Amino acid sequence: MKRCNKLAEVGRRQFLTGAVIAAAAMPAVALLPEKARAAGSARVEYPSNRLANIADLKPNEPLEVSYPDEDAPGVLLKLGKKVSGGAGPDGDIVGFTTICPHKGFPLSYNASDNSFNCQGHYSRFDAESGGQEIWGHATQNLPQYTLRVDDKGDIYAEGLDELLYGRLSNVL
Amino acid sequence: MAYKRQIDRLPIIPAGAKKHNVVCHYCIVGCGYHAYTWPANKQGGTAPDQNAFAADLSKQQAPETTAWYSPSMYNIVKQDGEDVHIVIKPDHDCVVNSGLGSIRGARMAEMSYSEARSTQQQRLIRPMVWRYGQMQPTSWDDALDLVARVTAQVIKEQGEDGLFVSAFDHGGAGGGYENTWGTGKLYFGAMKIKNIRIHNRPAYNSEVHATRDMGVGELNNCYEDAELADTIVAVGTNALETQTNYFLNHWVPNLRGTSLDKKKKEIPDEPHEEGRIVIVDPRRTVTVNACETEAGKDRVMHLAINSGTDLALFNAWLTYIADQGWTDKDFIEKSTVDFDKAVTGNKTSLEEAAKITGLTVDQIKQSAAWIAEPKDGKRRRTMFSYEKGLIWGNDNYRTNAALVNVALATGNIGREGGGCVRMGGHQEGYVRPSDAHVGRPAAYVDKLLLEGKGGVHHIWACDHYKTTLNAHRFKQNYKKRTDLVKDAMSAVPWGDRTALVNAIMDAIHKGGLFSVDVDIVPTQIGQASHVWLPAATSGEMNLTSMNGERRMRLTERYMDPPGDALPDCLIAARIANNLERVIREGGDEKYADQFKGFDWKTDEDAFMDGYHANAGGGEFVTYERLRAMGTNGFQEPATDFKDGKIVGTKRLFTDGKFGAKDGKAHFMEAQWRGLQAPGKDEQKKKFKYLINNGRTNHIWQSAYLDQENELVMDRWPFPFIQINPDDMAELGVKEGDLVEVYNDDGSTQAMVYPTPTAKKGETFMDFANPTGVVGNVINDGVNELILPNYKQTWADIRKISDAPAVTRGVTFKSPEYSAG
Repeated sequence: MKRCNKLAEVGRRQFLTGAVIAAAAMPAVALLPEKARAAGSARVEYPSNRLANIADLKPNEPLEVSYPDEDAPGVLLKLGKKVSGGAGPDGDIVGFTTICPHKGFPLSYNASDNSFNCQGHYSRFDAESGGQEIWGHATQNLPQYTLRVDDKGDIYAEGLDELLYGRLSNVL
Repeated sequence: MAYKRQIDRLPIIPAGAKKHNVVCHYCIVGCGYHAYTWPANKQGGTAPDQNAFAADLSKQQAPETTAWYSPSMYNIVKQDGEDVHIVIKPDHDCVVNSGLGSIRGARMAEMSYSEARSTQQQRLIRPMVWRYGQMQPTSWDDALDLVARVTAQVIKEQGEDGLFVSAFDHGGAGGGYENTWGTGKLYFGAMKIKNIRIHNRPAYNSEVHATRDMGVGELNNCYEDAELADTIVAVGTNALETQTNYFLNHWVPNLRGTSLDKKKKEIPDEPHEEGRIVIVDPRRTVTVNACETEAGKDRVMHLAINSGTDLALFNAWLTYIADQGWTDKDFIEKSTVDFDKAVTGNKTSLEEAAKITGLTVDQIKQSAAWIAEPKDGKRRRTMFSYEKGLIWGNDNYRTNAALVNVALATGNIGREGGGCVRMGGHQEGYVRPSDAHVGRPAAYVDKLLLEGKGGVHHIWACDHYKTTLNAHRFKQNYKKRTDLVKDAMSAVPWGDRTALVNAIMDAIHKGGLFSVDVDIVPTQIGQASHVWLPAATSGEMNLTSMNGERRMRLTERYMDPPGDALPDCLIAARIANNLERVIREGGDEKYADQFKGFDWKTDEDAFMDGYHANAGGGEFVTYERLRAMGTNGFQEPATDFKDGKIVGTKRLFTDGKFGAKDGKAHFMEAQWRGLQAPGKDEQKKKFKYLINNGRTNHIWQSAYLDQENELVMDRWPFPFIQINPDDMAELGVKEGDLVEVYNDDGSTQAMVYPTPTAKKGETFMDFANPTGVVGNVINDGVNELILPNYKQTWADIRKISDAPAVTRGVTFKSPEYSAG
């Protein structure tokens, strides 16, 4: 996979802030067993992290990002056609985790058919169909980012639609 | 939009949660799992002392971690009447799967019955009977009394041949040693039922009869042999999709070369390389692609033969290998008979075989060399595997024999890195009284039913409507016969049992059929039935089975059966109790006495009465001992119990003694005779497209549970038919369109899936799908032992609908892994 390290670093600095806030918020509840009270919300609080600007994206070239924290690698893609879960003015920007939900191996992006592929056990996911598992062993389709693009073209991730591999809470 | 669960965290398994041994109840491989359960009002925490893994769960876990589970591995189920959390996750210490979970097995928890989370609400939870013009709930006593009275009356009038039975004979869900014994003792012990068939074929017969007749049992090696072989031969088996973790955990290491150290250690005195593989399959499958990815194209031969011509290839291999002197002469001399007879009788030149199979002479020569050419003077080790492509293909008996001939000629049975094995569908779990009375060939049960024979039909976890041949006609006729009885039943008040039974019998005299369906879900054939009896499945009862290397384990009961459901073995026992009662009432004391011996209260009672007392080595095996053996169990047959462990058998026939009466393995003559089953040649001539058929990765068996699973139904809302794009253009169809597949035998429908790797004129359709039964277009021709040929089917195709809206969210990309 082609990488753009500089942009990835910019993104990383941005969302680290959000991740720290989320991490601090979670254990505070867990550390109070004596005073039983409702343990926060039913769902995790997702950070709103700026991952990149539209100008950083090249057509069909994955931009390495992480969400919701730096231990959760993923990519942004500008597919060039409106797709399921697509954000931005053209509805063609998507973001996905790149950890395979089967056994946690890194996925690589095949630009020729817009698919994510796992070298561990050959699972495949379709970037154009909301991460649907084309074929494979994962019992989930590929976790996709909920994206928001603001007036300046900044792309924010604000949620995930499936559980990430290797964590029992998407926000640690 | 792909289906997403919108789950962002899961309850954590607390330290101290209950842990149960589980073996996946779906396919033959039998992957090891554990079921963790804990009270609904408790949860674990992220700190190491708060969870079952002693891991810090506040951190991202590494790939292949033991400390993670997916949402599909979680549910809330009833245990001893209380709601409990459950996680069923793969066991990393099980030698079968080493922590791998398939897309089927890793959904076991999600596919469990849950009131709290509304999963599998289709499950049958109480006995139902045809009453007042519809299926109505009733008690076990009420339902069983009716079943017993009608069954007893039919037997009285027609003899036991008037009772038709369709029953599982395998392991895992809808089977297992307890339940095959329960049904077996009822139908082959108390009675001698002849008109009986198995879940996926129209008669009571072996799918691999030839290998048994040759004295070579079909599960004769161990999974490790796939790691040790120089060459694997895979015939009609798409192992990556249908025996997934056997392939990933034992074939791939050999193809990747990561089992080289094991080869050198276990077989020290000969040269070793990374494995090679010869795949015989008319279709390019994901298995072929994965093998090429791992081993490189130069170590993979995909022999894309003309459909149904395997036999000619195997005979050419035997002929060429014998000519080259690559046979194992010492083994042939000491352990076999009829080698010369087979070589002479089956003689097939490379040129003849090339003409029949569509391969080149060079391909046949090269594959033969990969199988048998000695390596630096040492015998090459080749493992032969086969499954439904052969079993449900042309001329089953002879083709099976022809492959075993090659394995025997090259000395590859009973040796490390060898074996000639079926890959298997379900796990195995067969122990029953003798079936000798069934005869050979066995009765063609579905044909007899179609012809109006029999008065009562007991069905156990079978669905002919989805899994038989000539299914279109079968359905039409079965509905007519059972409707006669339904109408008769609706005409009398339920409470007058004598009048009800008389009305049913009158209808039977007019050609009607009384149908009793025992299952865990409502089936399609069950729509025609008059009584539904709800069964428990694996994990709702203790259940024992063995896998494809004869590895026997106990799945411990980790949850309650839904509602009033009972284990099949106990349903069989209660039917026997009721038959004894009504037959005794009728005054036939002697016949009633035959139904004694069914006083089991538990699954363990059935196990001890059946496996423990009857299976070879069964005396060494108890539930307590199996529990202690965990998910690794032991490999059958058991030979001892020593140092707290059951001692098993890693490979069969290692002493060169085989199963025929003379202790030898018998070569068999098996000449090529073209398309053997009646009607196939005519169908091929008349219709344009081969309708090859089989499985796909997401779906287990006939989708009986998957039809209620969102992940699967989102991916496959309709059964697919893979078609070459040129054929699509000729047919004027696009991806997702619904097409009718039709011929003189029937018609069915499927969703078009563009497949550039499909040969022109050769399609592949999902088998046994509830919304598109390929059996509808499979003609009724069978072999000499009444084995069906599902694979060689020809039909025409026409469009019946544009792609429905639901297909817009479906991907139509190639299933083949490609890193790009």
